[in-house]
Amino acid sequence: MRMELIQPFINAADAVFAESLQGPTKIVDLEMDEDAYRRKGVAALIAIKGDIEGRVILDLSPEVAIKVASQLAGTEIEAGEQVVKETVCEMANMVIGNSVTLLNDQGFHFKVFPPEVHMDETGLAGSADTEALVICIETPCGNIYLNIAMHYLHRRRQERNAIPALD
Amino acid sequence: MKQFAALLRKDNQPVRYLVVDDSVFARKNLIKMIEMFGGEVAGEAGDGLTAIAEFNRISPDIVLMDITMPQMEGIEAVERIVRQHANARIVMVSSVGYQENILAALQKGAKHFVQKPVKPEVLYEILRYVLSDDPNAVGAPVALAGEHRS
Repeated sequence: MRMELIQPFINAADAVFAESLQGPTKIVDLEMDEDAYRRKGVAALIAIKGDIEGRVILDLSPEVAIKVASQLAGTEIEAGEQVVKETVCEMANMVIGNSVTLLNDQGFHFKVFPPEVHMDETGLAGSADTEALVICIETPCGNIYLNIAMHYLHRRRQERNAIPALD
Repeated sequence: MKQFAALLRKDNQPVRYLVVDDSVFARKNLIKMIEMFGGEVAGEAGDGLTAIAEFNRISPDIVLMDITMPQMEGIEAVERIVRQHANARIVMVSSVGYQENILAALQKGAKHFVQKPVKPEVLYEILRYVLSDDPNAVGAPVALAGEHRS
C-alpha cells in the first residue's frame, strides 16, 4: 500500500485521538498483514467505495474501549454496555471521515458508509491487491489499532484494460 | 471545563435544538454541548427521514445534522426540510469535511458546517453566528443572554 494512502490515516488518527482523548499519541508499530484479520476486542468496520475501495477497522481491547468510552462520556462506563460499542464506532467514524477528507484533497473521491460493529473473530484478510496495514497507536487510554485494507479501483481498471482479452 | 454565556432566543427562552446523528454516542456528545450553551434539546433523530418528521413536529430553532446516516443521508434531509421551511437553520456536523460535501450541504440550504471531533468552542461560535443577524428570518431567535442588540 502506498504511503500517500497511509499518511492521511496516520494524520487523522493522531489528530482525532489527541483531540478526543485530550493527550499525546504516538505511532508505536506499523506492519503489513497478509493473514486473516483477528479481532483484538471491540472493533468497528467502515467500508469505503470510490476511487479507492476497501475497509478500515478500528480495534481496541475491551479494557481500552471502556477507558476510551469513560473518557469521552466524562463518567465511568461499565464493561458490556452498548455505549462502549457506540463509542468505538464513532471514533472510527471520526478517524475515517477525517482521513477521506485529507485523501479527497489529493483528488480521490469516495463514499463512506456508516460504521458497523465487527463481531467476527477472523475474516477480511488482506490479499495481493488489498493489502492490510496494521497501525498501532499509543494513546493515554492504551493502544488503539487501525487495520486498513484498500486498493485503487481506477488503477485496477486501467490495468485490466491494458491486458489483452483471452479468446 | 470552559464556561459559555447562554445562547438565548429573542424572547429570552432557551434555543431549541433538533439533534440528528445515527450514533447515539455522537448525539449524547452534542447534547452535552447544547446544555453547556444553555440550550434545550427539543428532539433527536437517527436518520434523515426521522429528522424531517421531527422537524415538522417540533419546529426547532436549530438543527445539528450528521451527513452519513442510514435510510436517508443528511444532505438530502436538508434539501427536503429547506424546501418546506425556507428559514430552517441547519448546521451540518460530520467527520467527512471535504469541500464537495460542504458545498453540497450549503447549496441545499445548510447554514454552516462543523467537522468532528467537535470542539465546544468552535460549535459555540458557529451557533452564535447562525443565530445572529439573519434579516430574512421570521421571528429569528438571535439574542445572546445579557447582550443588547441595536
